[in-house]
Amino acid sequence: MSDKLISKTPEGPLSEKWTKYRSTVPLVNPANKRNLEIIVVGTGLAGASAAATLAEMGYAVKAFCFQDSPRRAHSIAAQGGINAAKNYQNDGDSTYRLFYDTIKGGDYRARESNVHRLAENSANIIDQCVAQGVPFARDYGGMLKNRSFGGTQVKRTFYAAGQTGQQLLLGAYSALERQVGLGNVKMYSRHEMLEVVMIDGKARGIIARNLVTGETERHFGHAVLLCTGGYGNVFYLSTNAMGSNVTAIWKAHRQGAFFGNPCFTQIHPTCIPVSGDHQSKLTLMSESLRNDGRIWVPKKKDDPRAANDIPEDERDYYLERRYPAFGNLVPRDIASRAAKERCDAGYGVGATKQAVYLDFRSNLINKYGRAEASKLGIENPTIEQLVALGKEVVKEEYGNLFDMYKQITGEDPYEVPMRIYPAVHYTMGGLWVDYNLMTTIPGLYALGEANFSDHGANRLGASALMQGLSDGYFVIPYTIGAYLSGEIKTKSIPTDHPAFVEAEKSVKDRINKLLSIKGTQSPESFHKRLGKIMWEKCGMARNEKGLKEAISEIQALKKEFWSDVRILGDADGFNPELDKAGRVADFIELGELMCVDALSRNESCGGHFREEYQEDGGEAKRDDENFMFVSAWEFKGESQWELNKEPLVYENIKIAQRNYK
Amino acid sequence: MSHGNMTINLKVWRQKNSRTAGNLETYEVKGVSEDMSFLEMFDVLNEQLVSEGKEPIAFDHDCREGICGMCSMYINGRPHGPLQGVTTCQLHMRSFKDGDTIVVEPWRATAFPVIKDLVVDRSAFDRIIASGGFVSVNTGNAQDGNSIPVPKNEADKAFSAAACIGCGACVAACKNASAMLFVSAKVSQLALLPQGQAERQDRALNMVAQMDTEGFGSCTNTGACAAECPKEISLENIARLNREYLGASLTK
Repeated sequence: MSDKLISKTPEGPLSEKWTKYRSTVPLVNPANKRNLEIIVVGTGLAGASAAATLAEMGYAVKAFCFQDSPRRAHSIAAQGGINAAKNYQNDGDSTYRLFYDTIKGGDYRARESNVHRLAENSANIIDQCVAQGVPFARDYGGMLKNRSFGGTQVKRTFYAAGQTGQQLLLGAYSALERQVGLGNVKMYSRHEMLEVVMIDGKARGIIARNLVTGETERHFGHAVLLCTGGYGNVFYLSTNAMGSNVTAIWKAHRQGAFFGNPCFTQIHPTCIPVSGDHQSKLTLMSESLRNDGRIWVPKKKDDPRAANDIPEDERDYYLERRYPAFGNLVPRDIASRAAKERCDAGYGVGATKQAVYLDFRSNLINKYGRAEASKLGIENPTIEQLVALGKEVVKEEYGNLFDMYKQITGEDPYEVPMRIYPAVHYTMGGLWVDYNLMTTIPGLYALGEANFSDHGANRLGASALMQGLSDGYFVIPYTIGAYLSGEIKTKSIPTDHPAFVEAEKSVKDRINKLLSIKGTQSPESFHKRLGKIMWEKCGMARNEKGLKEAISEIQALKKEFWSDVRILGDADGFNPELDKAGRVADFIELGELMCVDALSRNESCGGHFREEYQEDGGEAKRDDENFMFVSAWEFKGESQWELNKEPLVYENIKIAQRNYK
Repeated sequence: MSHGNMTINLKVWRQKNSRTAGNLETYEVKGVSEDMSFLEMFDVLNEQLVSEGKEPIAFDHDCREGICGMCSMYINGRPHGPLQGVTTCQLHMRSFKDGDTIVVEPWRATAFPVIKDLVVDRSAFDRIIASGGFVSVNTGNAQDGNSIPVPKNEADKAFSAAACIGCGACVAACKNASAMLFVSAKVSQLALLPQGQAERQDRALNMVAQMDTEGFGSCTNTGACAAECPKEISLENIARLNREYLGASLTK
């Protein structure tokens, strides 16, 4: 094991680790905080909450985002909800149960101490957001409402219609803007981080490009926080925003930050299927829909009938059939593979046959329609009456999602079932971090989806928002003291220091190199080709042969990119093509590492499904004896990485095969 | 897989940067399918331009699912195009016909200067929020979430106002380039909730003052903002803002 991979997990019983550590972690006094500068890159849930909170505490913060406003970060698109162990529903929830569900959902590949801390913080997050004025759904008594998500048997998900991410992010954004207004945060929008500046082995700043003027800028910080989200866009088509990219964490990786579990990708089971070659992104239909939607395919292959014409007994509700205990609410990796299995076997629906039905009709009529009818005292209601009554309830719960579906597909999901298919959604992998969220580079931190830490090999629904806000509001404000308390004597380093000059030069050289190629193919076309390789060979199912092919194909693509990419425009102004080219170049390198990682993990776990390793019934076959570790990859040169292993120790949970039957 | 057979003629605003003048350029896009989104049609056009060695058209976009508020095209004289309650990214080509000519311009407002082509600078909105669009509660000060019951009707109204995506269509739609709908949505959200009461008056005064400083126009109640808002933010919010502002002005 590398001497850099020290998790710094505190001693003591699991449930006391965080409380005790939080009370003993070194502090920085208020006078010194003012002199300590912190750079926060990315302004999604993790970045905005961290920047706001650190500024409230008195640190001097600079925040960066590539979008035109911090409010646009992709956390905004999260739909269904955020988990918290409040037990408001009196259904047996607890911190331990949330911890347990998360470890199990992650297929036993996450660090116990981090996950327990996450579960402990979850309740505080809800309180904080409510205090900010986040309008969560409430019942008529004014109390907060909850719903269920996959992989759990309690209702612990708080939500705001299908726009929970938006409301949480706007809460964090408001807190951030408040600090901007008070002069405690300097905000740099339309800025992209292109390099980490290292001085004496520590992260001391960044080089950022002003995307409007094209100028490169040097920024000093005593510490640098990367809150730059996930890298699902390596697959070209994903539910991520068009601008979501790996560049910031990839630059850090090349500077020495280890990359944890890069191949752990979440394929979300319920997305709107691809409709044509022009497709630029995929749209999620929230997991919360599985509360009320039933997933099925026809029992007959290539059934030509319309969905509503297929009678009940000729439908295969395959999730309810295979997993009666969790039914439609099995974790995402399991639901996705089950959909792929049915489609591969020839039972898919729709024009492409790459889709399954997500059907609301039965709950709309029988659950909501009948309840409303009985409330209104309507006896023997007709089906039409039930549909109309049920529709009103469903509209309130998921209205914006139904509208979005109709807008994209031209079909009305109140009338016909949705057609859905799995799509890339989230990356559990990311920069390796210790208990303090620090990467293997001193002074460089990774928060939220950008780190690898809490979700193991599969993330449960409504846990990403929880993790981003836990890291930003409640973890980093404490743990950063462990490092900054030792930095109070470090004066701001002037940005004419040779390390800044050198880093800026390398950024400019790379931009000039990209522009000077003057080839024939657009950055977009390379991105599409990379995505195709990744989806086919490092996607929902992987095997040794395919991964080896993918690695050599990606290496060839990289060569072709650097000799034939065509970027129009110049570096002296607003040039989205240039921005895109830089991101695609980094995605290509990342894609190779993901395949290397997937090839090295000779087991199936969570979202990583190696076809060679499966049980008779097609379930993932984990190998705890040989693979109960975090893969932390160290960059050693172009196409060269060294594997370091952080063993995972489970002291509080009994390891078992994941069973949702 | 659908293959498109529509041909669309576009007149698109091209402008190198904020210091130079712009003009409408004409383009023809072939093979457009009705399942394409409006922005995917622009992707096709841009790939075509790149292959011809011409600089692609710059436009803002990110989530492409109607929630981030980044996309901002003024299509045939209407922000976000012909449909009600839909952002540009969620507008699909099935809303147009083969052979249509479509004019695409950036948001036009003094407070939203053009950066390039269809891209404008909307940072004025951030500064308005920074002037008061928040509840001043530091992390760590919160009480239990259920200790502040919020009547469902109020919570629902606050949520409807909070659904604003900050895209700026209200400003683009308004003949005065007023930002009243945007400002009123945030003021309403927080005025409706118990958490927002302490700063209620200061918030209304400060946000309106910042809106004026940024150079947005006055509201003359034409209602174009609410008619064009992709999130259908209601004009009631402007009425509420006026009450909040007047009340605060009289007592402060």
